[in-house]
Amino acid sequence: MLLTITTTAAPATDLGFLLHKHPDRAQSFEQSFGTAHVFYPEATGERCTAALLLDVDAQALLRARTSVSSPDFSLAQYVNDRPYATSSLFTVALGRVFRSALRGSCRARPELARTPLPLELRMPAVPCRSGAERARALFEPLGWTVDAEPVPLDPGLPGWGDSHYLSLTLTGTVRLSEALSHLYVLLPAMDGSKHYWVDRSEVDKLLRAGGLPGAAPRTAVDGPSAAGEATPSAIAPEAPGEDGDGTDGPDADVGWLAGHPERDWITHRYLNRRDAYVRTALARIAEAEGLAEGDGADDPAAEEAETAPPAEGHDERVPTLAEQRAGAVMAVLEAEDATSVIDLGCGSGRLLARLAADRSLTRVTGVDVSVTALEHAHRRTCRGCDPGGGRRHRPLPALTGGAVGANGAPPRPELLVGSVVYRDRRFSGYDAAVLMEVIEHLDPSRLPAMEESVFGAARPRVVVVTTPNAEYNTHYEGLADGSLRHSDHRFEWTRAEFARWGDRVAEQYGYRLRRLPVGSEDPETGSPTQMGVFVR
Amino acid sequence: MSTTEEDRTPEPRVLGVPRMGLVVLIGVSGSGKSTFAAEHFAPTQVISSDHCRGMVSDDENDQSASADAFALLHTVVDIRLRRGLLTVVDATNVQSRVRGELVRIAKDNNVLSTAIVLDVPEALAKERNRGRPDRDFGDHVVRRQRRELRQGLKRLSREGFRRIHVLRGPEEIDGATVELERAWPDRTELTGPFDIVGDVHGCREELEELLGVLGYELSRDGEGRPVGARHPDGRTAVFVGDLVDRGPDSPGVLRLVMGMVADGDALCVPGNHENKLIRALKGAKVQATHGLAETLEQLGRESEEFRARVLAFCDGLVSHLVLDGGRLVVAHAGLKEEYHGRASGRVRSFALYGETTGETDEYGLPVRLPWAREYRGKAAVVYGHVPTVKAEWLNNTICLDTGCVFGGKLTALRHPERELVDVDAHRTWYEPVRPLSGTPPEDGERRADDTVDITDVGVGDGVSAPGLYVETADGAVRTDSGSTLSALEVMSRFAVDPRWLLYLPPTMAPAPTAAAPGLLEHPDEAFAYFRGAGTGEVVCQEKHMGSRAVAVLCRDGEAAERRFVPGELGTVYTRTGRPFFQDPALRAEVVDQLRRAVTEADLWDRLGTDWVALDGELLPWSAKARPLIREQYASVGAAARASLPAAAAALRAAAARGVPVDGLADKVALRTEQTEAFSRVYRRYSWDTDGAAGLRYAPFAVLASEGREYTDADHLWHMAIAERLAEAGGLVQPTRYRVVDTTDPAACGSAADWWTDLVSAGGEGMVVKPVLGARAEGRKGLVQPGLKVRGPEYLRIVYGADYTDPERLAVLKDRNLGRKNSLAMREHKLGLEALARHARREPLWRVHEPVFAVLALASEPVDPRL
Repeated sequence: MLLTITTTAAPATDLGFLLHKHPDRAQSFEQSFGTAHVFYPEATGERCTAALLLDVDAQALLRARTSVSSPDFSLAQYVNDRPYATSSLFTVALGRVFRSALRGSCRARPELARTPLPLELRMPAVPCRSGAERARALFEPLGWTVDAEPVPLDPGLPGWGDSHYLSLTLTGTVRLSEALSHLYVLLPAMDGSKHYWVDRSEVDKLLRAGGLPGAAPRTAVDGPSAAGEATPSAIAPEAPGEDGDGTDGPDADVGWLAGHPERDWITHRYLNRRDAYVRTALARIAEAEGLAEGDGADDPAAEEAETAPPAEGHDERVPTLAEQRAGAVMAVLEAEDATSVIDLGCGSGRLLARLAADRSLTRVTGVDVSVTALEHAHRRTCRGCDPGGGRRHRPLPALTGGAVGANGAPPRPELLVGSVVYRDRRFSGYDAAVLMEVIEHLDPSRLPAMEESVFGAARPRVVVVTTPNAEYNTHYEGLADGSLRHSDHRFEWTRAEFARWGDRVAEQYGYRLRRLPVGSEDPETGSPTQMGVFVR
Repeated sequence: MSTTEEDRTPEPRVLGVPRMGLVVLIGVSGSGKSTFAAEHFAPTQVISSDHCRGMVSDDENDQSASADAFALLHTVVDIRLRRGLLTVVDATNVQSRVRGELVRIAKDNNVLSTAIVLDVPEALAKERNRGRPDRDFGDHVVRRQRRELRQGLKRLSREGFRRIHVLRGPEEIDGATVELERAWPDRTELTGPFDIVGDVHGCREELEELLGVLGYELSRDGEGRPVGARHPDGRTAVFVGDLVDRGPDSPGVLRLVMGMVADGDALCVPGNHENKLIRALKGAKVQATHGLAETLEQLGRESEEFRARVLAFCDGLVSHLVLDGGRLVVAHAGLKEEYHGRASGRVRSFALYGETTGETDEYGLPVRLPWAREYRGKAAVVYGHVPTVKAEWLNNTICLDTGCVFGGKLTALRHPERELVDVDAHRTWYEPVRPLSGTPPEDGERRADDTVDITDVGVGDGVSAPGLYVETADGAVRTDSGSTLSALEVMSRFAVDPRWLLYLPPTMAPAPTAAAPGLLEHPDEAFAYFRGAGTGEVVCQEKHMGSRAVAVLCRDGEAAERRFVPGELGTVYTRTGRPFFQDPALRAEVVDQLRRAVTEADLWDRLGTDWVALDGELLPWSAKARPLIREQYASVGAAARASLPAAAAALRAAAARGVPVDGLADKVALRTEQTEAFSRVYRRYSWDTDGAAGLRYAPFAVLASEGREYTDADHLWHMAIAERLAEAGGLVQPTRYRVVDTTDPAACGSAADWWTDLVSAGGEGMVVKPVLGARAEGRKGLVQPGLKVRGPEYLRIVYGADYTDPERLAVLKDRNLGRKNSLAMREHKLGLEALARHARREPLWRVHEPVFAVLALASEPVDPRL
């Protein structure tokens, strides 16, 4: 909530001209979420300090509905660090209050605006979960000397360690406009959570603040914001230099962002990890640098992929393993001449998309317990179910039980919300069922319920089960002994444990089991994934 | 089949119509069908094609809309028949094809079809049509319809109509009356009490003995053979069939049962063995296997007259019986719910033989479909047919065939008492093909009724969910689609095994907003609520700030296996059903310590149980919530403590230069104070633990023990148990409390002072409950089981550090508690229901339903600060 900017360039009080704020006055600027105050704790010829103090209004913050949310903490709207931390709210205020300074325009001292000045920027509580190292890696390449001290969590809770805030002091000789643009981009990147919805206009804001020349809106490429992605513009920052040329500095090259060694990380974080936007931004940087165009920037498929979450239950530690696994399942289904398949725990639909594309299958259904996952699966697999035509699709809730596809045919794949630990008639009638990386997400005590539901009640001819092979974990660097590959895994079995379970299930429910490795096989530890094929 | 076509009596005709079934009116246009229907049936029972045509086209005579109109008509007929409602189709129905479609729908729904033909002279029909301006079709239409009608009349019985009434001429039509007949299985008016007897299979000696044990007095004929039995209290015996075959004296059993039935002392449904006997006695070629040969041989020694009586008796038995107002269904092989009270070949076949997969097992016997596992009906279904070692309830069904003839037992069930009475077989009369199985329908690792169906939790319709409709003793509670789906995810992915989940704690409403200045909550408002409700005394319990924890503790492995999950001795779960401790070793340690406390407090014996479930609070808060405290509370404090002093210093410097920043400086000073107050709150509820060391458990209610739940016990009893547990030492901590008469202002005042002391010393606050317990009722029924009154400092971690700013407080005081109160009450009803069902040992799905509903309601949006 506090930033102090100190300069020792004589006469230091010229800082007032650069900031367009008089050193002897206290000024207030109303923001939708509170009031920004600017005042000068010191203002002499030798040393001048301007302070930007943001007083956040808790009530106003509440009105910005997207401000802070936390899936596990419903009180986050009421109890949060926004009034005190140097967050995206703060950078919004910075962009507004010091708008001209950020642009580098100063009629009174135009030369000074273009001159690197000895500056010291202080912020007492900068949220940065990745620590002081990260702060140094971000600011040092830009010419700053970085003093980053972790803020202790609580003196009343000894032994709880440090908080995720840094007390940050930057010293260096930098143009004021550039110094402000560094904060404008890097503070939210360090924080990693924006209080407003990130849409395509953020790409332009980032590139302009990063000093990329000609970073004007490119609607032809970007297209309009998708419907429903309304920006609460009252609380989102305006892009600096939106109404100016923004490139009047003497060293107007491709800007500081393009050459920053952490460019990709910054872009990724600034854009709230929205992959399609990240790709667009990086491609445009590459373009400006005269390099080959980045891949997939304008690919509509990239747009689809952007929202696919890390597939729940589809481990991605080895990037190709997930594909190998899906391929292995497809191969087994083909070898077994499966005619219809139900994918139990389909997640975001990685396998389901391949199943749906296999025309030898008469019926394909995906089941997941998470409606959100099914939404993603729907987007990934739907080839157009909107009566309006084209590749547009209806939102998932519109696809109820008896829904039909675009031309009256049954939807493909069919999607069901369901759970393998409850018996479900809808699981019956398929030739094959797949449980790909699902069982390890069930508590062991719930496995018998799953067995009863799948092997006992649904009883497809073929059941394919894949699960991690715990023995293989030694090959994963950074995975401590005995720890699991995914935080939601309830267990990971050795080959012997999987065999014991599988043999028992096969025996109890009248199936024959064969087990196959998936992924590159190691002579000692076996393959990363193990697969069981139950046939009756 | 009773065809009354030949009846030409002048007296008014009485038309018998099954109460549950389809009536098809047949007659040309203008024959008076609608008038007839209106006179004899309720308007909602009559589905007319004209009306359907109007509904789909706004024109009852628009013939181009007929296809859609009939689609609608068929849909409505189908739904009504599925729901067991008498349905009358008012259309010409002169074409065989049209009638066939209707009969098919009736058959699909296992109900009988009745045809009522209105045959009027052509001239009369034409005249009536001419009198109606909307019927502008020509006379040839009526002529054609009449011709079709005439042709079809002879075929009606072949089309599948079980009753055909032909009314000729206007007089007969006008004079006819309709008499609704109930279906044969419908004996709901008989209320017993009943003694239902399992498969006897000719074991007359054992039957005599069992009837004696049940209290029946046998009567004998001149040869000393039993020919009747009567219960002095007027009870009725009900035989589930398979009286005959395999055993030593099938004729003796028949003589006794036929006598009892004739005297009104017994009812009987047929078994598959009677069915085969009928065919043998009628002279059909049947294989005399499975003990039939013995029966035929024994009957051969009886008189011709006796054999005729046997045939008449067996032939007259109705496939199944619905008794006691629909609470009891008796069928030989059981009956799924959609067949109850229905009549069709399919229903009869199910009742006699059950439903099989078509496959056979290793003994060559048919593999049965597990209908009982999926049974969800309200009526108890009592059956036999499948010999098992022990009669056990499964989803409100029970098989009484305990294999007497195979050397097992002959078993009877007392209804409504639900007591089992059995006698041992005197010997093995017949060698079984395969050994008797343990539990019906088959033995498995899991108890058969441990399976919960997706439809039991209100899911099962594509990607949406209809939601739950839970009938509780205190009224029905619904859950909506979205919250049901949220609950499905949480329950499937994060909850403990549902067999442990006998209860989820309901949310608790806060006291109404305080009138006192500067406070959001104060005891006065809680006292006023209970005073107003008329519940009298309340108990004020100190509110521990930890995490809600339900502990289920078993005395031994046997109890865990019988009632919960084999292999564990207990568990501790959170208010959303998650395991409190992820680490199995720590969970076992805590369970063990709590079990020890229960043992030392002598609760096993005092409560007469081998397991107990406790509701309480587990401390410290940081044991469960450490990541939350760190990320959401202490971090806010850290940011504030880093920022505010720097801001204060900058403001001091500016002020020293004469810049006017006083207002801002005051505000920063205030925020600094508030931050410290805020931090004090969460620090107080955080302390280090090491394994179970440092953990405290403060129980405030005994939820349940074997066969018993304690929502009717008063809170002083619960507190006394909690004190005993705390005295036992270990990690149990007592709860301070006091009893207050809400009508005594002095007592209320002193309790409010007590609260002030608690919260000033850093306590969260207190909970005010009616002293009578969770089931306490006020003048208008159930009241809130408790209201929380939280302290003003504690509320900083709920409403924000600065909520005490007067302008903020003024806004907050305007809070709306209606939704929270309503949710708390609905969850309370579900909680009571779950415990009651568990105490009645109802199947898992029945207990799981209200528990799941609590979880669903917990995900409904409500101000989380309340």
